[in-house]
Amino acid sequence: MITGGIDMGSRTIKVVLLENLDVEGAPQLRYAVKKAHIMFPGELDQDKAAEQAYADALAAAGLKREDVAAVFATGAGRKQVAFAADAVTEMTAGARGASYFFPTVRTVVDVGAEEGRGIKVDAAGKPTDFAGNEKCAAGAGSFAEAMSRALQLDLKEFGEASLKSDRTIPMNAQCTVFAESEVVSLIHASTPKEDIAKAVLDAVASRCCAMVRRVGIETDVALIGGMVHNVGFVRALKAAMDVDELKLPDMPEYVSAVGCALLAAESRH
Amino acid sequence: MNATAKYPTEPLKLWKKAKELRDQYYLNYAKAKDNGGLRWSGSAWALDAIPAGLGDDVYSLTSEPYAASIAHDRKFAKVCMDAAESYGFARDLCSYMRIYWGGMHLNKYLFGGPFPKPDFIFQTQICCSHSKWYQHVAKYEKVPDFYLDVGVGPYKTLDKDRLDFVVNQLHDSIEWMEKVTGRKYDDEKLIAAVKNEMRSTSLWADICAQNKAVPAPLDEKTMYSLYVLATLQKSSKWCADFYAELLDEVKDRVARGIAAVPNERCRVISDTQPPWGFLKVFRYLETYGAVSVGSLYTFGLEGIWEDKPDGSWGARTTPMDQGIEIKDRDTALRLYADWNLSKPQWQHFYDPQLKTEMMLRIVREWKVNGVMLHLNRGCEGLSLGIMENRLGLSRAGVPVMTFEGNMGDEREFDEVRTQARVDGFMEQLGLRKLAA
Repeated sequence: MITGGIDMGSRTIKVVLLENLDVEGAPQLRYAVKKAHIMFPGELDQDKAAEQAYADALAAAGLKREDVAAVFATGAGRKQVAFAADAVTEMTAGARGASYFFPTVRTVVDVGAEEGRGIKVDAAGKPTDFAGNEKCAAGAGSFAEAMSRALQLDLKEFGEASLKSDRTIPMNAQCTVFAESEVVSLIHASTPKEDIAKAVLDAVASRCCAMVRRVGIETDVALIGGMVHNVGFVRALKAAMDVDELKLPDMPEYVSAVGCALLAAESRH
Repeated sequence: MNATAKYPTEPLKLWKKAKELRDQYYLNYAKAKDNGGLRWSGSAWALDAIPAGLGDDVYSLTSEPYAASIAHDRKFAKVCMDAAESYGFARDLCSYMRIYWGGMHLNKYLFGGPFPKPDFIFQTQICCSHSKWYQHVAKYEKVPDFYLDVGVGPYKTLDKDRLDFVVNQLHDSIEWMEKVTGRKYDDEKLIAAVKNEMRSTSLWADICAQNKAVPAPLDEKTMYSLYVLATLQKSSKWCADFYAELLDEVKDRVARGIAAVPNERCRVISDTQPPWGFLKVFRYLETYGAVSVGSLYTFGLEGIWEDKPDGSWGARTTPMDQGIEIKDRDTALRLYADWNLSKPQWQHFYDPQLKTEMMLRIVREWKVNGVMLHLNRGCEGLSLGIMENRLGLSRAGVPVMTFEGNMGDEREFDEVRTQARVDGFMEQLGLRKLAA
């Protein structure tokens, strides 16, 4: 059986198609990524964007619509996915997906473009508590993105630059707009870019950590979402959370879509 | 009954009367001067039995429920807040206060006509915004003001000295009122008002206690329109009499199994004032079969409670029901101060743990499945320590969600994101949306 998961994020759409390998003698169902992972630029017309992302994913996987038993959707635009059999929140999808990759995980930190969230997960991969940033991007990926623009670095360079610094410069602003002013002030004060990059990522990590502490930090801890690609953020978050290890999936931005596909499969049993 | 209904439901018979009493209250204030009456203004926590001794033609405007009414009218609320902010007040101050000030500066009354000027201000101070609020009003309107310091610590630590501190101020306030109004104070009217308030607030607690029943006879959105009468004039006979009638009706609903939400399958409580312009959040809960059965806010802002012999939380027994006679001013003031100092919503100003304990008690006794905490940017007083409450509830194993907003300032509320939070919380509680 093949099922699909679509994560309608604020910046990108992620589609995953999974096939049940149905390994003989295995007590549990197992799934493998079928083929395609499409990262799709978000469009204002979300219905159309979802439709196109899904069509591209099917084409890449060599599948027809009728081959897919069910699709579940998640993300900020989940209600716009007309072809989805059901929609679940980012907490449920992220928890299920992270537990699939790391069965021992009990705390999931999900930092995407629009929102950062901490999710407490039980052994079955269900969320038991969650906390998220509110109407503010200061604990999310778009904050880091805005700050990297101010430093005229691309996101990869931004993360890597921060690793070259061991200075601690506190950033006090709680708001992206004011934080940008702080960054500009640091630039004017001839502060090295590496130090500013570290200061920004320390600030994002600190806010994420404060949020995750609301639900409690229980090991194992996994980080999912696009910010996993930012090596500086990973280092900063690990330090802020004071954990020995952060479990990092290979395709961090697809974890919630995988969670959806798993939930879609489970709904068929 | 629709397809998902588990219980019968029917409208509240007293609904219309509650609305009429509320409208009459605001009309009375506006027209107080027509027959030579007096107007005073203060918060919903002002000890309103005290001015009652000045006569039957003394009318109040309690500012938080008035501002909440404006907040429901989002357009006018914005105009009022713009006016206050244009005057130079910061946007992060109490949103009720900004709305009230804005209406005063614009000289516009929500119920029509110019903003009615009070003759005097009579205010308690336990919330830090309360006294500053009326300090500005008194200066702007050029009216005399009196503030009662009721911050004497948690009720469980109340002793004679602390009680005397409040009682002595009440005596002073009466002398002050006689002086600024030129009226002779009537102790019989005071005693009647004190008794009315004790009846009102005990009856309201009893009404809330009926919601321990499954299904809940009242939902919180409805309760907002009922508790408000106590925030207007709890020392009035009309308020006490209305609650006596309401208690009968709610008890009857419990006896007949009448539900507020016919598809009730999950019970939650909220916390602090809701975002008044977006009460539809409570209707959104119902799409999951979830009902908010109340909150410490709706129960304890005006309800007065006590520990019952069986260990449960119930309406506080009035001195009258204990056979205590109230014959003179000092006895009335002493009992009245003691009564108000036991108000649940005053306790957590001293220690958030006290609030957590009361919330846990509500969770247990009202059979609550989860708690929705409103991180209310509009009210520092009631949001004080709220994250400690979250921690305490979580540690006790109670599922909690938070959402950020503002009781009066819609610019700080994100409806879509809040609904997304509710979706997540409902999933956490194992609920999916019910078929329409």
